[in-house]
Amino acid sequence: MPAQPEGDPAPADGSLPSSAVARANQRTLSLYVHVPFCAVRCGYCDFNTYTMSQLGPDVSRDDYHHDAAAEVRFGRSVLDAAGASPRPLHSVFFGGGTPTLLPAENLAAVLQQARESFGLAPDAEITVEANPDSVTDRTFEILAQAGVNRVSFGMQSAVPHVLKVLERTHTPANVPLAVAGARKAGLSVSVDLIYGTPGESVRDWRRSVETALDLESDHISAYSLIIEDGTKLAAQIRRGEVPEVDPDDQAEKYILADALLREAGFDWYEVSNWSRAAQGRSAAQNRSAHNIAYWRNQDWWGIGPGAHSHMDGVRWWNIKHPLPYTNKIREGLSPAVGRESLNQDTQYLEHVMLGIRIREGLETRSLRPEGRTAVAGLILDGWVDGPAAVGGHVILTDQGRLMADAVTRRLLDW
Amino acid sequence: MSPLAVNPPAPASTDPSVLRNFCIIAHIDHGKSTLADRMLQATGVVTPRQMKAQYLDRMDIERERGITIKSQAVRMPWNVDGTDYALNMIDTPGHVDFTYEVSRSLAACEATLLLVDAAQGIEAQTLANLYLALENDLTIIPVLNKIDLPAAQPDKYADELANLIGVEPDEVLRVSGKTGVGVEALLDKIVRDVPSPQGVKDAPSRAMIFDSVYDTYRGVVTYVRVVDGTLKPRERIRMMSTGAAHEMLEIGVISPEPIPSEGLSVGEVGYLITGVKDVRQSRVGDTVTSHTKPAEESLGGYEDPKPMVFSGLFPVEGSDYPVLRDALEKLQLNDAALVYEPETSTALGFGFRCGFLGLLHLEITRDRLEREFNLDLISTAPSVSYNVTLEDNSETEVTNPSEFPEGRINEIREPMVSATVLVPSEFIGAVMELCQSKRGEMKGMDYLSEDRVELRYRLPLAEIVFDFFDLLKSKTRGYASLDWKADGEQAADLVKVDILLQGEQVDAFSAITHKDKAYSYGVVMTGKLKNLIPRQQYEVPIQAAIGSRIIARENIRAIRKDVLSKCYGGDISRKRKLLEKQKEGKKRMKMVGRVEVPQEAFVAALSSDEESGKDKKK
Repeated sequence: MPAQPEGDPAPADGSLPSSAVARANQRTLSLYVHVPFCAVRCGYCDFNTYTMSQLGPDVSRDDYHHDAAAEVRFGRSVLDAAGASPRPLHSVFFGGGTPTLLPAENLAAVLQQARESFGLAPDAEITVEANPDSVTDRTFEILAQAGVNRVSFGMQSAVPHVLKVLERTHTPANVPLAVAGARKAGLSVSVDLIYGTPGESVRDWRRSVETALDLESDHISAYSLIIEDGTKLAAQIRRGEVPEVDPDDQAEKYILADALLREAGFDWYEVSNWSRAAQGRSAAQNRSAHNIAYWRNQDWWGIGPGAHSHMDGVRWWNIKHPLPYTNKIREGLSPAVGRESLNQDTQYLEHVMLGIRIREGLETRSLRPEGRTAVAGLILDGWVDGPAAVGGHVILTDQGRLMADAVTRRLLDW
Repeated sequence: MSPLAVNPPAPASTDPSVLRNFCIIAHIDHGKSTLADRMLQATGVVTPRQMKAQYLDRMDIERERGITIKSQAVRMPWNVDGTDYALNMIDTPGHVDFTYEVSRSLAACEATLLLVDAAQGIEAQTLANLYLALENDLTIIPVLNKIDLPAAQPDKYADELANLIGVEPDEVLRVSGKTGVGVEALLDKIVRDVPSPQGVKDAPSRAMIFDSVYDTYRGVVTYVRVVDGTLKPRERIRMMSTGAAHEMLEIGVISPEPIPSEGLSVGEVGYLITGVKDVRQSRVGDTVTSHTKPAEESLGGYEDPKPMVFSGLFPVEGSDYPVLRDALEKLQLNDAALVYEPETSTALGFGFRCGFLGLLHLEITRDRLEREFNLDLISTAPSVSYNVTLEDNSETEVTNPSEFPEGRINEIREPMVSATVLVPSEFIGAVMELCQSKRGEMKGMDYLSEDRVELRYRLPLAEIVFDFFDLLKSKTRGYASLDWKADGEQAADLVKVDILLQGEQVDAFSAITHKDKAYSYGVVMTGKLKNLIPRQQYEVPIQAAIGSRIIARENIRAIRKDVLSKCYGGDISRKRKLLEKQKEGKKRMKMVGRVEVPQEAFVAALSSDEESGKDKKK
């Protein structure tokens, strides 16, 4: 698991400066609920998640929803104390870990608490991440009934030998069944894919994308595999048991995926995310509102161990292990262990870094002079769309999406 | 019981007949300093309590490398058969780069100990210095050291030494600097065998400078051997090469700390301090005389130090340039052989072109700059001085590849050396092959003993300054030893090879090489750089060229993907930190045109270790 960022200590009562909520009425508020449990840990994963044996005897998955609900109430009280004007939730996202490792009723209970504490906006997007192996039709019925309207499947690949390297345990054949169950319950469906796994051929990848398209989902995320320090996969690569990840291969697969998705009617709206018109909703409506809230630097409260939160320039993160997390929550204390208040330069950096990734791009006038100067060169290099730039928006070209971090550095004049 | 002196002779009033001046010739690790320590102890100059290992080597670098850069002279009393003597031990530098300084040390003595490791036998540098000693008509006292070692073969090497200098094997003394065995017998032998110095007491004073050292508190400390007359405190002295006059602030002997005296007279060895701050005003080999009653002729033998190897030194951090400038100024106070001038490189920024006596001198200087002045340095590949005759018959001297003339060239002459390699006979083939590949011309071969051979070659200096010594060592499993000295110059078919990054010439990588080696230099350098320079946002061709002709080419493909796909469940801070880390990384880059070259790439590409490391992998 990655080290947590270095920041300032967070106050025990979680109190926020009034500046963090002063513009609350102009900003959307989302809720992220982290479920830090997995049946087994996948070899590539460095997320904050724990198997039964890593939890220890004093933490129970069965009680987790109570603690999560308690933090939801705690969040509301902290925002109130800071003087924030109340806002209904723009989106809620249950991520993990494996949220569906908890009984659907428990997830529903946390959502119910969110509704009671904050209220949900009329068109609020409520997503649950699901492992195809840990769901039944009944799961989706309960979730739908509770108000969940979107499910995101961690499919990753359709090819058994690739799943094996990733150590994903699900059975590929279960994916279409799970998707059908979600559809039957009236849920909108997204599928997550990973490309560039060691040993994955371009043909393998094509097969995965085509299989995902056969599921007729409304939304697809495709992430390049990142080898994180401390993972089993990183160790296997270091020992030479598994070949290294090749960035050129990943670039080729990204281009292939983009072409296949486009053919199937998908539009990119963020570097790693595509949506299409379906189920009576437009492509724009099928974008993930929760994801976009991150890229647009909106506000969100992260519930659960290790979760990150952001309120208008103040970021904080919770303690990572479920046991101390639970203890803090039960004592009525903030589970946050670190926080940072972003200065203007850092906020600007994040504005550029995040905004460049989305289809609407950055408004030219939001850039500092050195950024505006850099745009011409980026157009020449073919990474920024020329006509759009003339029209006042810095938008990545297809080629530029693969170089988003390089574009960011040049816009920042680094 | 050891015969300590009862009534040590006082400086300035010592009869030359009780003076014994000697030095020690030895290979780097043959135990000279340890033996010197033992003699200081045996004569009571240093008590065991005061004993600091290798007392005479003062600087850290010297101690670490086990070599003596600067010589000093210690006066030791010793009694033989009831007579008190004064023994002056002059410590000589042991390395080939400092041959001139060695020759001056030898000139200050009447005798030398020829000190040889009883487990290793004589080495090429020792042999070279032995020749020098014989040319100076010194008495040679052969000594085998380290006889306590289990691997010692004293009989074998006594034979070798005896053979070499024409004595009987039983005249070779056997000592151990470590245990002290044989040291007193050695001191006795010095008194008996070393001739006392000859000089004219009433003549105008003449003293030869055999060393000068800069001391932070005292200024330059000059070591002299008086030949004629007497030098006295507070008299004005004159340096005969320049005519410059100085006030003598202090004169004395070292025993083992400086002790002021009433002067130094015929045959005596000691130090003087005049208040000058720069060793170049007190040059090794020069003659000191009285300013009021000067001698007419100098003692002769003085030469200006002549740099043989050149290299550009650049601070890794451009802002350190003033620090480097000040540091070189300070080092020069203590090193008359170090020369430098400012140099600007498009790739490396501001630095200095420095001239050195040899590779070791270069390495020691760079080490000292980095260590004593806390600098991070990049040094360009060592070069030599070429004489270039242009079409119009005008001549120019080129010590820096970037100054290589563009126009038509009639002739290029490069400095040559004559080299002596001593090696066990089983390695003759390997050494011959190496010398051949370095454009060497064989001059001769002699068997020193049944299994040890002396090979003599004439080689271009440029071929031995780079990695010759390392290769020689590795091809002979460490057994070969090398000595070389300058030996004129010779015309050769030389070209300048440039390295271009995306069409931009990188001056730091240009090299002057023999025509036959230009291609391999080009291939090696472009290959190295391809591995050292990270992929960029655009394709970067790396070319090696002679003039406009491309002789080797590599390509760094453009980076195709530079984006992190995920934002880790809202952990924006993490993504930002990754980006900020990339920014830090870029600070360590130097721009060549549009190409970002890591500073480490310059260091690695210019270091010969990298190359030999790679060869090993193949």
